[in-house]
Amino acid sequence: MQDHITSDPAPDLLEEGRSQGKRITAQSRGTLHHKRGPQNREDRVEVLQLLISGLANGCVYGLIALGFVLIYKATEAVNFAQGDFMMLGAFVTLGLVNPEYAGIPFWLALPLVFIIMGLLGYLLDIVVLRAVFGQSQVAVIIVTIALGFVIRFAVGEIWGHEPQSLRSPLALGDVRIGDLVLGLADIAVIIVTLIMTLLLWQFFQHTKMGLAMQAASQNQMAAYYMGIPVKRIQGMVWALAGIVAAVAGILYASKGALDPTAGFIGIKAFAAAVIGGFGSLPGALLGGLIVGVIEPFAARYLPPGWSQIAPYALLIAVLLFRPHGLFAQVRAKKV
Amino acid sequence: MSLLEIDSVTLKFGGVTAVNNLSMRVEEGQVFALVGPNGAGKSTVFNLISRFYTPVTGSITFDGKDVLKMAPHEVPNLGIARTFQNIELFHQATVLQNLLVGRHRHRQTNMIAQMLHLPSVRAEERAHRHAVEEVIDFLDLQPYRNSRIAGLPYGVRKVVELGRALASKPRLLLLDEPASGLSVEETQNMRWWIDDIRRQMGITVLMVEHDMGLVSKVCDRVLALADGAKLAEGTPAEVQSHPKVIEAYLGTNAVSKGGKVA
Amino acid sequence: MKFHFKTDYDQDIRLFPDWWNFTLYAALLVLALALPLLIDPFFLGEATNVLIWAIAGLGLMLLTGQTGQVSLGHSAFMALGCYSCVLMMEANVPFVLAFLLAGVITGVVGALIAIPALKLHGVYLAIATLALAILADDIIVLLKEWTDGVNGKMSPPIDLFGYEINRWNNPVEWYYLVLVVVLMVTLFYRNLLRAPLGRAFAAVRDSEISAQAMGVNVAQTKTIAFGISCAITGLGGALMGLFAGAFNNETFNFLLSIQLLMMIVVGGLGFIHGAFLGAVVIAFLPQVLSMTTDLFGRGVAIPGLESGVFGVILILFILFEPMGLYGRWLKIRVFLELFPFARKDMFKRQKSYLKTERLR
Repeated sequence: MQDHITSDPAPDLLEEGRSQGKRITAQSRGTLHHKRGPQNREDRVEVLQLLISGLANGCVYGLIALGFVLIYKATEAVNFAQGDFMMLGAFVTLGLVNPEYAGIPFWLALPLVFIIMGLLGYLLDIVVLRAVFGQSQVAVIIVTIALGFVIRFAVGEIWGHEPQSLRSPLALGDVRIGDLVLGLADIAVIIVTLIMTLLLWQFFQHTKMGLAMQAASQNQMAAYYMGIPVKRIQGMVWALAGIVAAVAGILYASKGALDPTAGFIGIKAFAAAVIGGFGSLPGALLGGLIVGVIEPFAARYLPPGWSQIAPYALLIAVLLFRPHGLFAQVRAKKV
Repeated sequence: MSLLEIDSVTLKFGGVTAVNNLSMRVEEGQVFALVGPNGAGKSTVFNLISRFYTPVTGSITFDGKDVLKMAPHEVPNLGIARTFQNIELFHQATVLQNLLVGRHRHRQTNMIAQMLHLPSVRAEERAHRHAVEEVIDFLDLQPYRNSRIAGLPYGVRKVVELGRALASKPRLLLLDEPASGLSVEETQNMRWWIDDIRRQMGITVLMVEHDMGLVSKVCDRVLALADGAKLAEGTPAEVQSHPKVIEAYLGTNAVSKGGKVA
Repeated sequence: MKFHFKTDYDQDIRLFPDWWNFTLYAALLVLALALPLLIDPFFLGEATNVLIWAIAGLGLMLLTGQTGQVSLGHSAFMALGCYSCVLMMEANVPFVLAFLLAGVITGVVGALIAIPALKLHGVYLAIATLALAILADDIIVLLKEWTDGVNGKMSPPIDLFGYEINRWNNPVEWYYLVLVVVLMVTLFYRNLLRAPLGRAFAAVRDSEISAQAMGVNVAQTKTIAFGISCAITGLGGALMGLFAGAFNNETFNFLLSIQLLMMIVVGGLGFIHGAFLGAVVIAFLPQVLSMTTDLFGRGVAIPGLESGVFGVILILFILFEPMGLYGRWLKIRVFLELFPFARKDMFKRQKSYLKTERLR
């Protein structure tokens, strides 16, 4: 196909472009064999652009998925509100950085945002999650969904329901490399995510607190016996998840507009976490990248309306054939 | 033909051999015990019979029928019932409801009849209740009939677990550590119940047990396992004084000093 | 202190354990039948709405409360029930037949979907069903030749044996129609609960392993649970769409699934009464909220207020009364029955430690 599209295709433009493409192909049928070279390059450029923007989206999904997996590994609870955490982190940043609110310089506001979100995560664990502890999984699912509703409503009340933009230093515009048009924000997102993942991995493998978190997640009573302050560790995990969500939120807000319903991409991140397997941190990121990349390609090459289905169809397919994700961590129980 | 025949059964979990070429026979009417140190594979044998695991080699036959061809939920239809080491009762239901689930294999009515509560369903419910009441009588569970499992003490739960298995009117009863965690009086009760189960109900009992006192008082035959393989088989006295068994439990020094297990 | 003196097994098998219980429910039935004489058409419509929610809630209750399978996808089945019923009515199938067939179709589809879902437990099942609910929204749009996609359909008036029942002109008839369906669904539900299948559902919920050891075919039981649950919810969905007058893919979006689950948790998970109590809460919440916001002077509707408040209510319930409204009622009743011997910590949850389910 020969239509040129930008890295963020909109469905109706796509339709137009597709029909354009049909017309062009029909016209140039006679001269097709002459144009093979440049066509390939255009295709390659397009694929590369879709890939990079998909990867950037995927990084945001991956970071949210990371938050899910962090909390799941520590407490076997699934935080259905992680997407809304991300949205909250973005709005807190907006509230501190944007001139119409507090107007603090970005890099000064950043540690503040981390402290606030970390504290919020910790408090949520103490107040809400501990009380749910020991109850059935339904209870935990319900509580976190409900939390999401509450956060969404609160954010709307505080900052309004209209879309707003974050004054982010990462929103740097585009750069051209030959025919390639890259959003610098996208590249920044990818880089930050990589750094974040590496840091977290090292944290879990090599630091005392990381190991303590792993221990507490596998057998609480044994962890208690080993002197691990399990409750405090759990709180720290939630705090960490809050910070990761904040990073995801800032990255998300650097790429586009922000409004309280932004948390709904959490569901796609969910798909990512499941695809990667709920016990695996790198898996979560990988799952996010997969979902992120599939989306623009599905939008580009599948009939309209099918691209929205793609992440969820993939999720269901993974659940059916590899129920514990691509990086399974489940073994058999001894009865 | 023995009631239960296990022939050359081997089960591996990855690199670990849980059951190693085990053969044993349980005759009808016996009370048979599997003993051995922790990790010997005793509960694994039960799980093999229950079809939660499939052996790599070997065969398991019950009353001539091939058990390995069945799915886990078809095993009770043969007449095999079991209890679990870590009690697996339905904790949100009452004792009565737990026992009634034990009768599941005797159900005759289908879903539609049940939804419409036809007279056949009512009659069947009464029959089930009657059978369950006999078990309640036998085990003295009357005070706990309508109590939720979640609030009951451990000893009572163990008894309910036994009752649930008995409610299915089995021919072979698999008891996984029936006396573990019980006080002296409760263990006495368990001993008398197992005796009555064999004598009055004619049920064959195969049990995993650590309490050698209980085993010697109530069992006809004992098989000692270690590391998944048979160490010794015979009467309780024979097995307890068998040198290999003493070595497995107490160490090599104990053998030379003429030690005896329990 | 009440004491049940039982003389035969039938007393435990019967629907009503004693005369007092029977009289109470009989009185409730009389009240329900006489309701149109007592309240005006607007509130009757509200009551009908409550009953419709209750039907959908009973469906989910069977699956989640009784069999322990969490489903966040029931909005998809409500949509299926609704669209299939309406499409059949438009093809001139008589209402009763279309209605029942819609239930059967949804039940069969539910059972089919259950088969691959059997392998999934707990959270994974919840996620898979949530994905299903989201997919259903898009699929309805994709099948726009049949469903009119985003534009939606108008609900045809119900033609019951030649007698037309219109949402606006015949609210009383609508109410009785829904009441009959509710009574039948509740009756079938209760009958299942006192039969081997109902016990099998509870067994699967509490311990799949020992259920199998007792002869329960877990896979088959779960499939049946899914089937019946989806059938009931499909009927609820059909009634909801017909009652609403018009519907499209947005009417049955995944938030509806979530609302349904939250509703049965607030009502009391595992109790039939829970579905009804939850339905009352969810049906009257918008009204109560709009009255309160008027009181506080903010005339314009606040977006997201309903979900926000519902969320807070949910969290409070899970924290302080996990057994839901009906659970709280049971505790009060036990207290009154045992008075003055009720112990303070009778319903205290035992402390439990988390052991990873990943080694399952």
